[in-house]
Amino acid sequence: MAHDDLSGKDITAVSSAGVSHETAAPGTAVIPSETFENPGFPAHRPRVTDTDPKAEKKAERQVYTFFYLSIVGSIFAIASYMAFPIEDGDTGALRLHTMMLGIGIVLALFGLGFGAVHWSKSLMANHEGIDQRHPVRGSEETRARAVEIFKQANEESGFGRRTLVRNTLLGALVAFPLPAVVLFRGWGPQNENPVEMLEHTFWKKGARLTLDPSGLPIKASDVTLGSAFHVIPEGLNESEHRLEEKAKAAVLLMRLDPSKLKESAERTGWSYDGIVAYSKICTHVGCPVALYEQQTHHLLCPCHQSTFDVTEECKVIFGPAKRALPQLPIAVDGEGYLIAQSDFHEPVGPSFWERSSS
Amino acid sequence: MSTVTTPDTAPAPAPTQTSSQRSSTSRFTEAAANYIDERTSISGVVKEFGRKIFPDHWSFMLGEVALYSFVVILLTGTFLTFFFQASMAEVVYNGSYVPLKGVEMSTAMSSTLNISFDVRGGLLIRQIHHWAALTFIAAIGIHMLRIYFTGAFRKPRELNWVIGFILFILALAEGFTGYSLPDDLLSGNGLRIIDGLIKGLPVVGTWISFLLFGGEFPGTDIVGRLYSLHILLLPAILAVMLALHLVFVVVHKHTQWSGPGQTKDNVVGSPILPMFAAKAGGFFFIVFGVIALMGTFFTINPIWNYGPYDPSPVSAGTQPDWYIGFADGALRLIPPGLEFELWDRTWSFNIIIPVLILTGLIVAVLVYPFIEAWITGDKREHHLLDRPRNAPTRTAIGVAGVLFYAALWGAASSDLIATHFQLSIEGVIHVNQALLILGPIVGYLVTKRVCLALQKKDREIALHGFESGRIVRLPGGEYIEVHQPVDEYERWKLVDYNDYQPLMIRPNAQGKITSVQRLRAGMSRWFFEDRIAPVSPKEIERGGHH
Repeated sequence: MAHDDLSGKDITAVSSAGVSHETAAPGTAVIPSETFENPGFPAHRPRVTDTDPKAEKKAERQVYTFFYLSIVGSIFAIASYMAFPIEDGDTGALRLHTMMLGIGIVLALFGLGFGAVHWSKSLMANHEGIDQRHPVRGSEETRARAVEIFKQANEESGFGRRTLVRNTLLGALVAFPLPAVVLFRGWGPQNENPVEMLEHTFWKKGARLTLDPSGLPIKASDVTLGSAFHVIPEGLNESEHRLEEKAKAAVLLMRLDPSKLKESAERTGWSYDGIVAYSKICTHVGCPVALYEQQTHHLLCPCHQSTFDVTEECKVIFGPAKRALPQLPIAVDGEGYLIAQSDFHEPVGPSFWERSSS
Repeated sequence: MSTVTTPDTAPAPAPTQTSSQRSSTSRFTEAAANYIDERTSISGVVKEFGRKIFPDHWSFMLGEVALYSFVVILLTGTFLTFFFQASMAEVVYNGSYVPLKGVEMSTAMSSTLNISFDVRGGLLIRQIHHWAALTFIAAIGIHMLRIYFTGAFRKPRELNWVIGFILFILALAEGFTGYSLPDDLLSGNGLRIIDGLIKGLPVVGTWISFLLFGGEFPGTDIVGRLYSLHILLLPAILAVMLALHLVFVVVHKHTQWSGPGQTKDNVVGSPILPMFAAKAGGFFFIVFGVIALMGTFFTINPIWNYGPYDPSPVSAGTQPDWYIGFADGALRLIPPGLEFELWDRTWSFNIIIPVLILTGLIVAVLVYPFIEAWITGDKREHHLLDRPRNAPTRTAIGVAGVLFYAALWGAASSDLIATHFQLSIEGVIHVNQALLILGPIVGYLVTKRVCLALQKKDREIALHGFESGRIVRLPGGEYIEVHQPVDEYERWKLVDYNDYQPLMIRPNAQGKITSVQRLRAGMSRWFFEDRIAPVSPKEIERGGHH
């Protein structure tokens, strides 16, 4: 009985199931030579409401009670809208307003819903209805007529004959949406290069480290051992593109026991007396690395759990991020305030295609 | 499609009245119906579809839940558009919510707060909208599982599977764009992740991010753009696809379970008028009611707790809405260190690989019907649903897919799992990574065995009847349990199913065996090697003398 319908011809004698109008190939399906007869519908079982007039009356009462309740719910909702105002800005009033209005609406909806379903299930005639299926494909006649129409259209237009007309038409149809695609270049600013913008931040030589969000400058002496500060560059709050700049310039400032910091040769002098500043923007996909574990000196990104070790120049010790958080070289000015020595020495935030460390 | 009218077996009560008894309402109804029909020929539509039959089963309601929640989304969403302002212009909040008074935020955020705190019923409608969106996506997901596990995607419904799949993707896109509109801290971080994800794509990433956000992240354009997508473009495509989806349901007629009287050539159920219309119409109000109930009593997306978006702060335990979880989880589960610099360019495989895996998962869902059709080579129309046990390999693959998704999804809460159960985050991630690989394999094997075992049980019941619980002691002292044969209706459900056998490789017309055919034969063996054939009448005959 195995059919590997490569030709599709060896399985024409499939119709074993009596009523079938099936001629399509069954593939590797096993068509048993002998099958059970479909026993047909079991005897229809009447519902209580079909046989007991009392039950029918009761169901009817229930249905219209549901619909009455629905009307009550709608009226209750309108009344609540007026009776429980929220103008005074008090959250308790808001909660009450939302709840009363909601209860009214829910009652209106449930009344309608349960009423209609109950009606249909207990009172409407529930004899099985039967539709016959017909093959989805059109009848041979219809299909032949469709083919004929296409042929005639081809004949009358010369679509297949006048090939140059046809091909230029297709070419024109392909080309005409292209200007629309080009128009979307307007989504981005015209004279800016994203790669250049991503390589620089608001930090510059001598910019004071200030508190996020107040913008107050930070004295080195205020940064006690074990503490961590959320930092933005001075003047950021007043800048024209505050959020865009902040998305690159946000910094975490921590003070550790200087003996614990392992600093590489080229970064000596980037920290000040155990105070280090690192970009707060995760090198994975850019969430703020906002969780600082004071005891272990680990920074944790709450979005995807990349973990950075502050004692080892914020290299990644766990999670999907690959690159260490960029370090901001800092110093102290004449008045004892923390300042940046320069901008970051590499682009901050998530990796991008054109990024290179060189 | 079909022009033949239904032979309705139900003895419908004849509603014809003699003209003398007509009341004024019936005269009005008649006049109105006549007026409309003379201008629309709507009587043809009623004749064609008025008594169309819909089969009944609880699992057929899942698609209805999706449809009805979409209607709720449209209704509530339209209300919200009258109050929401999709602008990122900075304002100082001065509404009723005291803790945020004087805080700088975007107009989008401030107008969302106004909807929640100053518009009467605004919070209720906002919450109903959000809950309806969550219900919509959940219902689509479960509906798809129903279609998959019962084989309802088979010919002639493959294209409707594709349309349904597109609807699912559109629903996800609608969800994400809507979620991002209030411009609060949580959704802003979601956008930040999208930005980082896009930037990590090779060659085009940086520029796509630049175009999408109108410059650098976050810019002042994204909320307005997402708004256009959310309320105009995506719903328009969604509505068209939905209409097409339903047209196909009518063209194909609904599938049904195999059962006594229910064959592949008929549809058994209730007619649209009145039964199905009343039931489905009532069900719409019940679905709406349940969603409204959630909107009334359960807070969803309390943006006032999160505050306006700012790239610097973030709260611990950030979570996307649940339906985005699987994507977020994929980003979390990727092993560390997968980023390289090569030819002066950055290759972020920690982004590319998750994106490829997610794309692969989604494409696999899309093409599955075509692959199975190719393996079986079955060109017949299928209108009777498979019980999941009767397609063991398909069911096992489905379970493996669900477990793969579940492992990704669970990973999106790895931090919360760690804090709730006092585990280390590293441990949770590593266990999740193991589950991602092992879960589907174990799930596949177990499911396949369970399906085969259930099929064997079905065979046994069909052959020898069910255990009656009656213990009889034979004269010789032996105890036996009497088996009671099943009646023909019960038996029919156990024996009427599709059975396939593995493909035998045969040379083609040129006498060659192509590699494509080898592949197909291999796949066919994988699918159908372990098979339990349905009981035949002969076996029962023989079984009688057992």
